[in-house]
Amino acid sequence: MRQVHDDDTPGGRQATPRRRGRVPAALLIPAGLGLLFLVLPLAGLLIRAPWTTLPERLTEPGALTALRLSVQTATLATALCLLLGVPLAWMLARVEFPGRRLVRALVTVPLVLPPVVGGVALLLVFGRRGLVGGWLDATFGITLPFTTTGVVLAESFVAMPFLVIAVEGALRAADHRYEEAAATLGASRWTTFTHVTLPLVAPGLAAGAVLCWARALGEFGATITFAGNYPGRTQTMPLAVYLALETDVESAIVLSLVLLVVSVGILVALRDRWMTTA
Amino acid sequence: MAVLVAVALVVAGCGGSADRATGGGGDGRVTGTVTVFAAASLTESFTRIGKDFEAANPGSRVTLNVAGSSALANQIIQGAPADVFASAAPANMTTVTEAGNADGTPSIFARNQLVIAVPRGNPKAVAGLADLTSPGVKVALCASQVPCGAAARTALDAAGVALTPVTLERDVKGALAKVKLGEVDAALVYRTDTRAASADVTGVEFPESARAVNDYPIVALKDAPNPNGARAFVAYVRSAPAQAVLTEAGFQAP
Repeated sequence: MRQVHDDDTPGGRQATPRRRGRVPAALLIPAGLGLLFLVLPLAGLLIRAPWTTLPERLTEPGALTALRLSVQTATLATALCLLLGVPLAWMLARVEFPGRRLVRALVTVPLVLPPVVGGVALLLVFGRRGLVGGWLDATFGITLPFTTTGVVLAESFVAMPFLVIAVEGALRAADHRYEEAAATLGASRWTTFTHVTLPLVAPGLAAGAVLCWARALGEFGATITFAGNYPGRTQTMPLAVYLALETDVESAIVLSLVLLVVSVGILVALRDRWMTTA
Repeated sequence: MAVLVAVALVVAGCGGSADRATGGGGDGRVTGTVTVFAAASLTESFTRIGKDFEAANPGSRVTLNVAGSSALANQIIQGAPADVFASAAPANMTTVTEAGNADGTPSIFARNQLVIAVPRGNPKAVAGLADLTSPGVKVALCASQVPCGAAARTALDAAGVALTPVTLERDVKGALAKVKLGEVDAALVYRTDTRAASADVTGVEFPESARAVNDYPIVALKDAPNPNGARAFVAYVRSAPAQAVLTEAGFQAP
């Protein structure tokens, strides 16, 4: 395998020093296998896709409805996560308060929690008989399960940690002195936050939002548990894929392919611009 | 690649090949693990039948994989190492036999009828299918891709009831769970499911269910890791003691 040295390229500005010599096979082989393991299943989708019938399958109303709902709910969930998650990340990064470590651990729980458990937990709180849901139902006649709002809540619950972690990391890496300078120049805390802090962490914020959106788009377990499955209202793409697999494998492959293309497309398009917090 | 295959083999090996090694002997004795893929509605009765089977065949172990019949049929076709398939509808069995995965002809071992599951005490006073369309009554159905959903459609059509459910669940247990949690006021599930959940749920019988009776076929699978155990289990399900368990659970005899 040929190796590229940074200093081979003319004009490579202050390339990070990299050791010359062969990459040890002990690293190269497992690295290659790891890559293969991650990429092969995706390639499998491409290989098995029914390319000839793809156009008509894609334009089936059911597929389009599910895709539209997925994009809408993932976007709304990301908006909700930004609204609630950015202040939360700011608190975690900038404010000393007792129990901060515990709060940070709690915030990241949904990352490791099986989504279906998240769905059950949401039902117990926001369901018709839940702590908050019971009150909402009795007072306003609002029920959240089986509604599009329920989908947004389920997706937000699962995706918000991605945003909080990314933004908190960016805030910690950002230079405090700009904020201090703004304060000494008479800026209020809110002005400092909106005019100094936020622009400073914009790349991290964007990266977090993209991850959050992509995670929300792929959410399955919490959604089907909390919001149920009804075409046009709560049936997002992942749910449509699951049920299509029950009867029509090719249709499930096509839907999966769409989800894959959208996810990869978003990640690739944004990665170079924002994901590298230099 | 070789490493990956080796890892996969080691992982697969942990799944019980040690048990199975003794299972394929031709001496008629059943030992080792019998892996049974069973429709979600068979969860309770097959758990009991499995225990009885183990007692009758010392050295055997029954492992259940329960899910919607269509998902199970798919898993079998994709090469899941199963010994027996018990489906909640002939259609899903046909997918498996047509793919050449069955060992012999499937046989019907039970029948099941739909009821309306309501929370205990029936707060919305549901007495029949027509009541499900009343305003403020939330109903869960199974998705039409799984047998309980197909049967529900047939029954609703037979009754001439146009119903908009709030959710289409992926299997019968999912629909029942939404009733147990109180998130819906009613769900169309099998009679056997409400019996198994009698503490929280009541089953309301309705006449149109006779038009949508589900036949449950069972078959031993061709690539069964434990062919001996597979045939013995299928025979056992059709025997008197197992049929008694099924009847007690609310199934009808074929």
